[in-house]
Amino acid sequence: MSKGTLFDKVWDLHTVGTLPSGLTQLFIGLHLIHEVTSPQAFAMLRERGLKVLFPEQTVATVDHIVPTENQARPFSDRLAEDMIQALEQNCQENNITFYNIGSGSQGIVHVIAPEQGLTQPGMTIACGDSHTSSHGAFGAIAFGIGTSQVRDVLASQTLALAKLKVRKIEVNGTLNPGVYAKDVILHIIRTLGVKGGVGYAYEFAGTTFEQMNMEERMTVCNMAIEGGARCGYVNPDQVTYDYLQGRDFAPKGADWDKAVNWWESIKSDADAEYDDVVVFDAAEIPPTVTWGITPGQGIGVNQFVPKPEDLLEEDRFIAEEAYSYMDLFPGQPIKGTKIDVCFIGSCTNGRISDLREAAKIAQGRHVAEGVKAFVVPGSERVKQEAEAEGLHKIFQAAGFEWREPGCSMCLAMNPDKLQGRQISASSSNRNFKGRQGSSSGRTLLMSPAMVATAAIKGEVSDVRELM
Amino acid sequence: MVSEVKAVSGRGVPLVGNDIDTDRIIPARYLKAITFDGLGEGVFIDDRTALKGEHPFDQPQYQGAKILIVNRNFGCGSSREHAPQAIAKWGIQALIGESFAEIFFGNCVAMGIPCLTADAVTVKQLQKLVASNPQAAVTVNLETLQVQIDDYTAPVAIGEGTRSTFIAGTWDACGQLVANADQVRATAVKLPYVSWGKLSKN
Repeated sequence: MSKGTLFDKVWDLHTVGTLPSGLTQLFIGLHLIHEVTSPQAFAMLRERGLKVLFPEQTVATVDHIVPTENQARPFSDRLAEDMIQALEQNCQENNITFYNIGSGSQGIVHVIAPEQGLTQPGMTIACGDSHTSSHGAFGAIAFGIGTSQVRDVLASQTLALAKLKVRKIEVNGTLNPGVYAKDVILHIIRTLGVKGGVGYAYEFAGTTFEQMNMEERMTVCNMAIEGGARCGYVNPDQVTYDYLQGRDFAPKGADWDKAVNWWESIKSDADAEYDDVVVFDAAEIPPTVTWGITPGQGIGVNQFVPKPEDLLEEDRFIAEEAYSYMDLFPGQPIKGTKIDVCFIGSCTNGRISDLREAAKIAQGRHVAEGVKAFVVPGSERVKQEAEAEGLHKIFQAAGFEWREPGCSMCLAMNPDKLQGRQISASSSNRNFKGRQGSSSGRTLLMSPAMVATAAIKGEVSDVRELM
Repeated sequence: MVSEVKAVSGRGVPLVGNDIDTDRIIPARYLKAITFDGLGEGVFIDDRTALKGEHPFDQPQYQGAKILIVNRNFGCGSSREHAPQAIAKWGIQALIGESFAEIFFGNCVAMGIPCLTADAVTVKQLQKLVASNPQAAVTVNLETLQVQIDDYTAPVAIGEGTRSTFIAGTWDACGQLVANADQVRATAVKLPYVSWGKLSKN
């Protein structure tokens, strides 16, 4: 078992006790809730006559179902309106802070908590959304949970959990131009597999992550779950502290120094023991594109869709399913694949730095004819910041639509959906069958700069050609 | 609120395929509701539509089955509890597979549905047996950690802590967690970040 890692230290500090089952009762420092996975949990609380134990450690926003074109209330979609009303009412009745549309701080839950400084090193965080792993970028241990567990956290501020093993994933060196955090995590998942992380927390270490800014680290941790890991994290460092200082909920004054000292103390020790260590070389990571129906089915943009005989036997079944669903053939180049829709946004890549990178590609160019391209900022603050920098004008001049914040076409619970067999280049995290709102729609995952490149060229292309 | 789950008996239904994600189990459009009602009709809906009645959940011989036999990394992807809720509403009370995604597994536990693992060869054999004789009686026993289909018996596994919660009927952890509220508060005050500033504006 691991020893002396950040995961071990944070786990021990948050352990309330051991339950009769042998599972750990773990205190959750920050509980984030949203409209999709919380209404049933509040209903369960009411059924049992329970109250929210720590409303002051609970924060809500609305993200999955919000329209990105017209946000006037009531929403034209009655079901979406019912969901936002349920959240409004549950937050009001339980005295929970709610960042509603128009508050200036609404957005995707994994975007707003870091940008407000709610997410801090050494915390445990839970949310009824698998991409809660994003918050690990700060050296927090953050779990995605289901609705019954949302109920448990509301009622007790704790979860019953079995301790995870810890795998150190070391990536060293400087990324080549045109290679981004998204490529790093797609490359890791491609190598270790979509179930490689089951039973593990991933500690992302090495000089490549040390050189990344906080938003890039969030992109990597966001997709730890796509590699099967329950959570992923990066040890806090000066980059973390510089990002946090001055944010709304970051400690202030004397508390700041106390906080930095504590954060330093919870980092993994130099001689920490890991259950597993895997090492990658940053120089070997290409701009990466998925070709299949799991995030592990990725290849370099200049590589070819793999042939079944080049795959491990256990990966062939899902590969066959992917060829047929995606209409891609073994051995064909992924480059040149025609694209119908380009989506820049999501909790993976809807942050300001993502929009800046995409805007660099879009500047002075135009979206190819017949391609629908749109940009959805991750939060109201991201939108405001982007507009202050004039990014929206760059996108609009290039023929991209500039939308209101939300989860949008990552999972298409709002009106943004693929139609029929449309194929999209997407900066989101999942290329599952039917993920983007059409049961036969197809998704190719890539970095925001690569999505912008695909939008301009009308087909999967190498971002380096436009840099 | 508690009930013991020592064994599940019934007929089995095989579902072949690795990495079957929760978006496939229940597409996002079925999540647009404030209750879990109505999820049964959406379970595997897009796969079922594409297979025009050939999906195991549509095939007449598997109607009424209680034990779902899957392959590797079942339930990966989204944390939506709607996925196991939809499977349960179709009638499934236990799953056997090569491996399960962790959030899916946790959701099943919280609902009182055991997910047991077996090696790839055993899982294939179980799927074969059920496919060749859909009427066969399948029993998954959490006390002996065995699955039995007619004369065939094989070992299955589940973490000891989780197993004990099913056998003791304490899989619904909520009551236990709530009962320790004093210890929870004691843990909270020891955490520096709880004291150096309220997280929310309340």
